[in-house]
Amino acid sequence: MNAKQSPAPLEIHDLTVAYHKKPVVWGVDLEVPAGQLIGIIGPNGAGKSTLIKACMGLLPTHSGWVKVFGKPLKADPTRVGYVPQRESVDWDFPVSVMDVVLMGRYGRLGLIRRPGKEDREIARECLDRVKLLPYANRQISNLSGGQQQRVFLARALAQQADLYFMDEPFAGVDAATEAAIVTVLEDLRDQGKTLLVVHHDLPTARSYFDSLLLLNMNVVAFGPTESVFTAEMLQKTYGGRLTILSEVASTLAAEEGGNPVRR
Amino acid sequence: MKGGGLNQAKRGLLGLGLALMAVSIASAASVSEIMDTEWREQLGRFFSMRDPSLRFALVGSILLGLSCGLLGSFIVVRRMALVGDALSHAVLPGVALGFLWGMTKDPLAIFIGAVIAGLTGTAVVNALVKTTRIKADTALGLVLASFFAVGLCLLTMIQNLPTGNKSGLDKFLFGQAAALGADDITLMAIVTAAAVALITMFYKELLATSFDAGFARVAGIPAEWVHHGLMLVLAAAVVIALQAVGVVLVSAMLITPAAAAYLLTDRMHRMLLMAGGFGILAGVTGAFFSFVGRGLPTGPLMVIGASTVFAGAYLAGPRHGVLARWWRQRSRAARTERENTLKALYHVWEDDGFRDVGVTLADLAQRRRETLDEALRRSRELERHGMASVNRDAVYFTPQGRRRAAEIVRNHRLWELYLTNSANIAPDHVHDDAEEIEHVLGEKTVRELERRLDYATQDPHGKHIPGPRDIHGGVLAGGDKAEGEP
Repeated sequence: MNAKQSPAPLEIHDLTVAYHKKPVVWGVDLEVPAGQLIGIIGPNGAGKSTLIKACMGLLPTHSGWVKVFGKPLKADPTRVGYVPQRESVDWDFPVSVMDVVLMGRYGRLGLIRRPGKEDREIARECLDRVKLLPYANRQISNLSGGQQQRVFLARALAQQADLYFMDEPFAGVDAATEAAIVTVLEDLRDQGKTLLVVHHDLPTARSYFDSLLLLNMNVVAFGPTESVFTAEMLQKTYGGRLTILSEVASTLAAEEGGNPVRR
Repeated sequence: MKGGGLNQAKRGLLGLGLALMAVSIASAASVSEIMDTEWREQLGRFFSMRDPSLRFALVGSILLGLSCGLLGSFIVVRRMALVGDALSHAVLPGVALGFLWGMTKDPLAIFIGAVIAGLTGTAVVNALVKTTRIKADTALGLVLASFFAVGLCLLTMIQNLPTGNKSGLDKFLFGQAAALGADDITLMAIVTAAAVALITMFYKELLATSFDAGFARVAGIPAEWVHHGLMLVLAAAVVIALQAVGVVLVSAMLITPAAAAYLLTDRMHRMLLMAGGFGILAGVTGAFFSFVGRGLPTGPLMVIGASTVFAGAYLAGPRHGVLARWWRQRSRAARTERENTLKALYHVWEDDGFRDVGVTLADLAQRRRETLDEALRRSRELERHGMASVNRDAVYFTPQGRRRAAEIVRNHRLWELYLTNSANIAPDHVHDDAEEIEHVLGEKTVRELERRLDYATQDPHGKHIPGPRDIHGGVLAGGDKAEGEP
């Protein structure tokens, strides 16, 4: 792989985002290496979603800049894929599962041109990868929460992007769906794609991701999971939120007792 | 099941037509009383199409119905119904200013003035939402009322002016399709053609930004431009509809046909086609009654037509309709009842060791803890559905009934076994759950359950689970030969 010569998939410099003049994300500096599955974790209101939305140009930034593969985002939007939060859309919308997945092709098609046979083929493959092919012609309101989440994942797969932003793709899905999604994410990583995933569950964060970005308004820590997922760092990220911390501390203790973590 | 749905749809449409006819007869009668005109004569004139003003009115209604229906579909799925309302009221001062420009009712001047006023109104709404704490609904209501008030004042002032040809200007409030002229029709045709062309060309962009604007923007679709473009075409469509529908009700022509279509279909392109069709239907109905009724305002009549279509969709829609849902619920309940009777018959028959050919009504009544009359009623119900035959005081399975009974019993016992084995639920807790599940288990799920349970033949209570041989004949009475019989 020529990841070293080519520019980083995502570079953020001094990014500040504010809602009604109150900063939510403050002075974030980040350079994300290629081919990694990266989890973004932090307490509620830490600005996890805000950060990725700002990276994709969905929110106005107060200061700083974001570069995707060394260029401003607008230069080539086809390199960026997005899985929004499931609640962000109206699931009564009159479209079928296939229609939604085809929307993943729209960015590549450009204006006016309609999706063709090849796009349909790709969309079908993507649906198959998330095991939803039998549901292709269903209206989306007839899906369960986990199926809705997989539709969004299939749509992102159809984008054939190199850098993915995913906002809580595991929210409200059952264990089987969660496992299926993890497999798809790992496959994408193994194909050399870079994934930034907003995640809220600490215990699983540790096993799912290669690297972690601990966020609480600004970057508390960013690095390989084994070096960042420590009681000290989590304490810094979550502050005085004892319930979460004690929960994690106990899982950490249990795991470190069993098989020591590499440092 | 599918065919039934289709038939229901057809029946629904038929009902709709009848309702429309009923409305038409009723209103035609009342109109003739009020207006004291020869409505028969008007009717003749309408269908002979000799009158040029009538032709204009009809073509105009079709055009505005089509454009309003198509654009309204996007207004409905984008949840912008209030925006349409505000926009349509905000155009009124523009109409007045367009008139004042040349002191005559020049369609183009009025069109430009109204579009500018409408877009100014939406810009003010956006500015209010962005710069203050006021939320969108309040801002829309505020702009709607204030622009409308200004427009009303201006129009009244114009009416009181000593100069100028003011004829037809008063029709902008409630609409009068008969007031449409050749120039109006040209403008309407241009705007409608533009709306159809733009929706066809940018269907993909409109769909993506309506469903998930954030995703569309990340994918590089200029969501902002799509929105502004839609608002511009919408403003134009509202303005061309003004003269025929009137400022007060034009937003209803945007949302009502689209809302009816939304109830009837689950796909956007079908919704667009239906909404366009409903819009045309409503427009023509309005123009017709307005003409027959001699000077009745067209707008309210069109909206009544559209609302009738909506009411029809609400009541008689094949899937989301109230009647269809009620019917489905009822037939499901009746089927469950029948299956429970079959099951009771099977139980009695099983306790008897499958010896007797029939089951006495007394045994059935005892089993279900009911009176003899009720047992007889249930048995007759089975007979009507070809599941059993009643002969004096005994009930006999038909082959079909026997098979369904065995299936239900199998479903029940399989499910009980599954819950006790795989979900670790105590055997005395599983019966109620199985009572519900037994009626809805599909063959595929049953195969899966059988496989998982290792083709067990005993349920948690030690009862035999009917297998394929019991269900499809063989051991039990009836046999293979009986299968083929009707």
